[in-house]
Amino acid sequence: MKPFSYQRPGSLAQTFDLLSEYGSSARILAGGTDLIVGLRQQTVDASVLVDIKGIGEFLPGVALVDGHFVIGATTDISRICEYEKFRATFPALVEAMETVGSVQIRNRATLVGNVCNASPAADTVPPLAIYGAMVNVGGRDGTRLVPVQEFIQGPRQTALRPGEFVLSIQLPVPNAPLGVGFARLTRRRGVDLATVNLSCSIDSVGTVRFAFGAVGPRLVLGVDRSGVLADSGAPAGDRDAALANLIAGTSPRTDIRGTRDYRSAMLLVLGRRILAEAASRLGSGQP
Amino acid sequence: MTDALPVVLNINGLKYEFEVLPYRSLLDVLRDELGLTGTKECCAVGECGACTVHFDGRSINACLMLAIEADGGSVTTIEGIAAPGEMTRVQDAFLEHGAVQCGFCIPGMVMSAEYLLARNPHPTEQETREGLSGNLCRCGGYNRMLKAISSVSEESTP
Repeated sequence: MKPFSYQRPGSLAQTFDLLSEYGSSARILAGGTDLIVGLRQQTVDASVLVDIKGIGEFLPGVALVDGHFVIGATTDISRICEYEKFRATFPALVEAMETVGSVQIRNRATLVGNVCNASPAADTVPPLAIYGAMVNVGGRDGTRLVPVQEFIQGPRQTALRPGEFVLSIQLPVPNAPLGVGFARLTRRRGVDLATVNLSCSIDSVGTVRFAFGAVGPRLVLGVDRSGVLADSGAPAGDRDAALANLIAGTSPRTDIRGTRDYRSAMLLVLGRRILAEAASRLGSGQP
Repeated sequence: MTDALPVVLNINGLKYEFEVLPYRSLLDVLRDELGLTGTKECCAVGECGACTVHFDGRSINACLMLAIEADGGSVTTIEGIAAPGEMTRVQDAFLEHGAVQCGFCIPGMVMSAEYLLARNPHPTEQETREGLSGNLCRCGGYNRMLKAISSVSEESTP
């Protein structure tokens, strides 16, 4: 690795000072599972790492505050998955989180880091968007909440402005019945990046929302309010046409993980599958 | 230029105090500076698990953690997984089942197996596979490892 210096601020104020002092040559270090790889492979350049794990204001773990789960920037994925209430509230997100890397990676990698890495193939992003996740961005002048699908603006591009970093992710506890599904396709099971990943929700009035990942420079969202996708008894042809209509908003590429046509075809197959899962979860009262 | 920073680490029950350059990984320090070469370097990007150690009781890739980040914590490496001169049940079972071919992945495999069994003493085969999914064996010797781990699970009280 190229030499860099290391700072471990003890407070948010000190962190903002460091970010304004070092500007774009500083990188935030939390879990490090993407950052250290980037530094070693020299795809990331940094002269200072600002380790945020010593910030006193960050609460460990996951907190439930005013109907929202708050996941701090230093909370690793394994830790989040240990909370039973969280697992029961966001099962599709937990499925996605448990596909990230390996045990060793999830014991270090943070959910916030997965979002900030802004990979178009990030598995947690489609379900985060479907559950209405907001990214809590902190700066010297205060905080602002940005929906996750707006926060990630393209490959490796986020809505962060100079001097800002992400403090937490907020997930609203659904206040009405909701069923959510998640699926991903990989070349092999286990530790691999997604060829496609997607999540969908069905609510009690028949609105269906889809989020498609790895099939465009940023997340592709679609909504069906016709009730056809929510109705498992509707003719299969009508349902496929409605789903294809949503998939038409994607722009998959051909690359090492699959061709454009293959990705589109798999979105339809997996889309049907997670619709069934979301419907079953809606029926069982589990989100 | 960047300066070395002081680090205090408990490694295998012993307290170490040393100075480290901030861009040295925990793996670099364990192997090159402390002579604990049981932990292996292979891919160096967190894919193969050869460098698996336990940090504050949790399994991690030592190649993806800076030594300076570990300051104040506790590390267990393969050298410290059993008392000196002894072996754990997992290590014994790997021997009994001939689960070692070239051996390079084995320290990491043992660390992952120990971590899995400590949290889930009776894993299903699928859970064992998931637990070891961050460890690659280039010899392809997975089946005997699974049998070895399964034998340890069976002999402990459910």
